[in-house]
Amino acid sequence: MERGVAKTWRSANARYNLTGVQCTNCKTAYFPPRMVCAKCGRDTKMVEKKFSGRGVIYSYTRIFVPPHDFTEEAPYTVAIIRLEEGPLVEGHLVDGKKPEIGASVRAVFRRMYTEGSEGLIHYHFKFEIV
Amino acid sequence: MREVAVIGVGLTKFGDRWEAGIKDLAAEAGLAALEDAKIISSEIEALYGGIMSSGRFTDQEHFAALLADQIGLKHISAVRVENACASGGSAFRLGYMAVASGMHDIVVVGGVEKMTDVTVNEATTALGGAGDQEWELSQGITFPGLYALMARRHMHDYGTTQEQLASVAVKNHGNALANKYAQFHRKITIDDVMKSKMIADPLKLLDCSSICDGAAAVVLAPMEIAKKYTDTPIKVAGSAQVGDTLRLASRDSLTGIAATRIAADKALAQAGVERKDIDLAEVHDCFTIAEVMGVEDLGFYNKGEAAKAIAEGETMIDGKLPVNTSGGLKGCGHPVGATGVKQVVEVVEQLRGDAGARQVNGAEIGLTHNVGGSGATVVVHVFRRAD
Ligand SMILES: [Zn+2]
Repeated sequence: MERGVAKTWRSANARYNLTGVQCTNCKTAYFPPRMVCAKCGRDTKMVEKKFSGRGVIYSYTRIFVPPHDFTEEAPYTVAIIRLEEGPLVEGHLVDGKKPEIGASVRAVFRRMYTEGSEGLIHYHFKFEIV
Repeated sequence: MREVAVIGVGLTKFGDRWEAGIKDLAAEAGLAALEDAKIISSEIEALYGGIMSSGRFTDQEHFAALLADQIGLKHISAVRVENACASGGSAFRLGYMAVASGMHDIVVVGGVEKMTDVTVNEATTALGGAGDQEWELSQGITFPGLYALMARRHMHDYGTTQEQLASVAVKNHGNALANKYAQFHRKITIDDVMKSKMIADPLKLLDCSSICDGAAAVVLAPMEIAKKYTDTPIKVAGSAQVGDTLRLASRDSLTGIAATRIAADKALAQAGVERKDIDLAEVHDCFTIAEVMGVEDLGFYNKGEAAKAIAEGETMIDGKLPVNTSGGLKGCGHPVGATGVKQVVEVVEQLRGDAGARQVNGAEIGLTHNVGGSGATVVVHVFRRAD
């Protein structure tokens, strides 16, 4: 299904820069950004937080049967990363070193996939084993 | 609140039903349930229909009204319920609440999914919507991918092996042999599972439930009039539904589903029964790892101990706790919206003593466990014989 460009554009800051939010009360950091702290509820303010991109692999899988948009990309490896600031975040692992739970990673900026007849290229943070 | 009983059940054959459209499937199961309850159509006041993605799979929305018409129910209240793979269980709970509250007397609950009119990639995309589309599916993380991430961490933390996971598939395919409605009637081995095509490492094709067509339906009535329709009313003894974050990575733990733990505690407390009293359970095995985590989170096993017990046969039909006697989602098939209702049909047949070659001897209390997405919706029901 082809979609409008705005769908990606509106979350570009988070997708390109790994930017989330932090609760000013309990200091919990969140990715992706959200309006309300999951712990404190509505009685606190959330401020923008840029993550370092450093973390370790919490879990990973290699996907062989992709959703429609990723037909050309498969197979590819995705992981859940424990960022050093606390939250878990999902992302692609760029090909290279063999993944292992606990391995250190850093965020990089890469092409993700090309969508639709107009050839809209989606970019995204990915993770690289260091 | 009034006591509520299941007085009728119906199923279609699950599988590649190329000859049947979504209307045909829904009508087949619905009519079977009405027939089983020996109910007059004019007595039925409301219908709840569980379906995940009829729009994506068949271009048809507004499904509950369609279903009501297909089974000849005129001018009734009909509501479609969508909670991903827990659509059926959620619809059942709403039907239960409608009768328990006194708002309605006779209610039909249906569940259906027609999945085989689209390509596998299209179906994978539709099912991916059960997770957080914006961060999971948008990065190509499929539904099997989410469970693979859980499986990998479970293996890391508890030493669970791929062979142990495979034993879930072997057991459930074995149980399906005795279920004429099941999609698969093929005995498989650990080796078959291990050698099947990789879908999302470490989950292989035979670790995954199928993309297929099928429908299920039940009829509910207040207990005080249930005996008018059946000699063996099955009481809905406990009902609970619990939610969590849609996005897997937003949760504290990926090796279990917290909502299952909470829902099980609530449903068992309402029913006034303990885990040791449960004679059989239909557990949401959309993937083999899901059944392992399911029986752990339901509290039947300590965390990390279920995979070994399953591999040793403790959850077979003649074991300590029979799990997925129907064949489960793995062996029976997983037409998403139908599954939660099909689980109820299986437990009702077992408690009636009508399960034939897969009958659990002397079954009196059963449990169903229906999960939506990677655990953002969990529905647990407890049933017991009431005659
Ligand atoms: Zn906070």
